[in-house]
Amino acid sequence: MGALLGPVQQRLSPPDYAVALQHGTLVVQLPSARLLDAVGVLKNEFHFDLFLDVTAVDWLPKQPRFEMVYHFYSTQHFTRVRLKTALNESDPTIDSLLSLYGSAAFMERECHDMYGIGFRGNPDLRPILLYEGFVGHPLRKDYPKHQEQPLVPYRK
Amino acid sequence: MVRTSIPIQPVHSKTAAFEYLTTKKDELVGWARKFSLFPYPFVTACCAMEFMAVSSSPYDTDRFGAALPRFSPRQADLLMVVGTVTHKQAPVLYKVYEQMCEPKWVMAFGVCATSGGFYQNYAAVQGIDKIIPVDVYVPGCPPRPETVIDGIMQLQDKIARSRHPIVTKDF
Repeated sequence: MGALLGPVQQRLSPPDYAVALQHGTLVVQLPSARLLDAVGVLKNEFHFDLFLDVTAVDWLPKQPRFEMVYHFYSTQHFTRVRLKTALNESDPTIDSLLSLYGSAAFMERECHDMYGIGFRGNPDLRPILLYEGFVGHPLRKDYPKHQEQPLVPYRK
Repeated sequence: MVRTSIPIQPVHSKTAAFEYLTTKKDELVGWARKFSLFPYPFVTACCAMEFMAVSSSPYDTDRFGAALPRFSPRQADLLMVVGTVTHKQAPVLYKVYEQMCEPKWVMAFGVCATSGGFYQNYAAVQGIDKIIPVDVYVPGCPPRPETVIDGIMQLQDKIARSRHPIVTKDF
């Protein structure tokens, strides 16, 4: 598990990156502008070839409000890595990983649906789980819990 | 609850054939219709497992004439909504209901179809009766087969007791 800690720490060094082992998983904390560089290094030099998931955390009312969480798996080292980066509420956009992983297209679409995160470089951010015309982003903490947006008019 | 029934008895003790029969039109049509329910299973979620259990031989809904699922709404007269209906799916459910010919009945199978169940959020329709009229609600998560059979029997009673106009004003 921790075998990659040293080499990754050496390659992704401070002050931009903070690499640590948390609960047995490699975790990299980084600024959002360096995401593409870091993922490129992890993919090409450390063989993290499987993109598992991208999601966001809404820390309302804390600032910066959003935290992006990426997970990758290496089919050569049989180990995972987690990338975390913070995003401001005023500009919740981040670089798309579409150039590195084709599977990013759908996962980023879902994240855009639920949290309203913009992905620079993803040309197709249509709703994937929600429907056209849905206003707002339901997994944001300020979305009212019971607010429905029906497509069929309710019976009287 | 008053159960109506069609008295079919031979008029002669010697033969089994009956020669005439007096009844009311609504009772006769209702009696025929309540034993020929053709369900359309609109199955969306885990309640489907219980639907399969109640349809198979140990519980045998064929006893109630409601065994043969029709997978075309044009051929069905009982819409069984089995499972959670989301807002994204609601237009589909509405279209299926509209496509069914009269007479038609609707059963809400399980708490999600009845009231939204524990999905009190942005995604789920809080009961299909917000969209289409429902005749019988079968609660449970999922309902026991006995509950479903009770629901079918209550629906049969309802059909037997209701008016069955042969020519409607729309016809």
